Amino acid sequence: MTVPRLQASGVSFTYERVRGAVVPVLNEVSLTIQRGAIVGLIGPNGSGKTTFLRLLAGTLTPAHGQIALDGVSLKTMSRLQLARRIAVVPQETHSTFDFTVLDIVLMGRYAHLGLFELEGPGDLAIARDALAATGSSALESRRFGTLSGGEKQRVVIASALAQASDVLLLDEPTASLDLGFQFEIVKLLARLNRERGTTMVVSTHDLNLAAALCAELVLLRTGRVIAQGKTAEVLTSSNVRILYGVDADITVHPRAGHLTVVPIARAD
Amino acid sequence: MRRRLFATIATFGVVTVFVCLLAPLVGSTSIRLSRVLDRTIPFADNVDAQVFFVARLPRVLAAAIVGSGLALSGVIFQALLRNPLAASDTLGVSAGAALGAILAITFHVDFSFLGISVVPAASFAGSVGAMAIVYVMSMARRRGTSSTVLLLAGIAIAALLAAVGRFVQYFADFTDTARTVQWMMGALDVGSYPPIVAALVLLTIAGAGFATLPRALDLLSMGAESAQARGVDVVRAERIALVSASMSTGAAVSLGGPILFIGIIVPHIVRLLVGADHRLVLPASGLFGAAFLVGCDVVARTIFAPAELPVGIITAILGGPFFLWLLFRRT
Repeated sequence: MTVPRLQASGVSFTYERVRGAVVPVLNEVSLTIQRGAIVGLIGPNGSGKTTFLRLLAGTLTPAHGQIALDGVSLKTMSRLQLARRIAVVPQETHSTFDFTVLDIVLMGRYAHLGLFELEGPGDLAIARDALAATGSSALESRRFGTLSGGEKQRVVIASALAQASDVLLLDEPTASLDLGFQFEIVKLLARLNRERGTTMVVSTHDLNLAAALCAELVLLRTGRVIAQGKTAEVLTSSNVRILYGVDADITVHPRAGHLTVVPIARAD
Repeated sequence: MRRRLFATIATFGVVTVFVCLLAPLVGSTSIRLSRVLDRTIPFADNVDAQVFFVARLPRVLAAAIVGSGLALSGVIFQALLRNPLAASDTLGVSAGAALGAILAITFHVDFSFLGISVVPAASFAGSVGAMAIVYVMSMARRRGTSSTVLLLAGIAIAALLAAVGRFVQYFADFTDTARTVQWMMGALDVGSYPPIVAALVLLTIAGAGFATLPRALDLLSMGAESAQARGVDVVRAERIALVSASMSTGAAVSLGGPILFIGIIVPHIVRLLVGADHRLVLPASGLFGAAFLVGCDVVARTIFAPAELPVGIITAILGGPFFLWLLFRRT
C-alpha cells in the first residue's frame, strides 16, 4: 500500500464566532485520496466544500485533525513548498489590471522562482506548454479581460498547470460556464489527469458532471462526510435525497456510459 | 523579460534624468548649464550656479521625490486594494498628513531639528498614524486583511480626520487658515536641503520594501486567496506594502503637501505604456512620477512668471487631459 497523495484525518474547522455562536463548518472529516485519482466533492450550499478545498490547499489550517500530502503534514510545509505541490483553480478569477494571458500563466511560476529572479526560457516553455495543453495557445497575447468565461477558465487552469504541481484543486470549475464550455472543461480535466497523472479534487453542484469526470465521490452535508467511495456506489437516489431533499432518477446513460441524475420531485 | 525590464528602466531613467537636469535651467532668470558647471568662476561670483544650486535645484529635487513617492504608493495601493482608483488619499494617509500639518500650523508648534521644521514632521507622523489606525482595524476583523474592509475603514478614517482638521481650522485665525490652504494646494518651495535629504532617506527605505513586492503584487491583484495558493505569503506582503507605502506617502506629503492626483494618474499612464506587470510598472512609475511632477512644476513656475502657481493645480490641468488622451487613443 503506497502512501496516499492526500489524507485528511479527523479534520474540523470553525470560522470565527458569529455573534457568540461557534458554528463548525467541518466536523471530523476524514478521507484518503490516492495518487492520480479524480475525486468529486458534492453537497448542498454551505456544506463545507469550499472550506474543505481551502484546508486541502493549506490556505486554511484545521482547528483539529491534520492533512497530509504524501504523508507529510501540510502544517510543516512553507507557503512556497505547498504551492509547488498543490495548485488551486478558483471558481472565478477577476483581473484588476490589464494582464495578458501569457502574463497570467507565467504567474503560476511564482513558487518556482527566487524573490528577485525573473522567468527564464524554461519557465516560458512550461507556460507555453500549459497553454497548449488547455487549447489556449492562440490566446497567448490577448488581454485576460477580453476573454469569454470559458476561455478565462482555461487560462486559469493553464496557470495552475504552469505551477507544475502534483495536485490540482478545483472549486466549481464550470459554475459560470455554458453547456459547451462545461463539456470542454470536463474533457480537458479528464485528459490532463490521464496524460499527466495529476491528482484532482473537484467540488461541484453538477452531479452529471461529477458522474462523468470522477471515479470517486465524497458527499458532504453540514460539514460531515455522509458517504464516500466509488461513484457508482455512492451516487444513489437515497443519498441525493439526503443531500438535496430531491427525489431523482439515477440511471446509467446508454450513450454517455456513466450515471446520470434527473431530478423528478421535491422529496418531503 | 530581463531585456524588457532593462529597456523600461533605461528609457524612463533617461527621461527622468533629462527632465531633472533641464528643469533648473528654466525660469524667470535664464542661466546656462555650461556656466553653472564652470569651476573656474568662484561660487560667490557665479550667479548662474547660485540660481541653479540654491534657488532651483532644491525645488526640482523636492518635486522629483514627491512625484516618485506618490506614484509608487499609488501603484501599491491600487494593487493591494484591487482597485484602480485607489491612491494614498483613499486610505486616509493624506488626510492624516493634512491633519498633522493643520495642527502644527494652527498651534504654532515652532522649532526645528536638524534643519527640519515641525510642519513636515507632523504631517509625516499624521500619515503614518492614519495608516496604522486603518491597518489595525482591518486586521482586528479577521485573519489577514480584507481589501474591502481596508478600503471602507480607510474612507471612514479619512472622513473623520478631515472633519477634525476642518474643526481645528474653523477656530483658527485667518493667517493660519491661509497658510493651511496654501499647504493643502501643494507647495514645493522647500528652499533648503535638509528636508529633502530626510525625505530621500525615508523614500529609500520604503524603496527597499517596494523592491521585494512587484511579483507578489501581480498575484495579489488577482485576489488574495489565489495569491496565497500560488505561494505568496499574503500577510507579510501586505504588511510590507502598507508600511512602505505609508512611509513613501508620508515622506512625499511632508515635503510637498498633498498633490494627490499623481498617485492615481502616473501608475495608469505607465500601465498604458508598459503593461500590467508590476516588475515594470513599479520602477517605471517611480521614475515617471518624478519626471512628471518636475515637469508640472516647471510649468507652475513659469506660466504666470514671476507669479508661481501651486503645482497641484498644474498636475490636474495637464495630467487629466493627457491621461484621457492615452485612454481613448487605444479604443
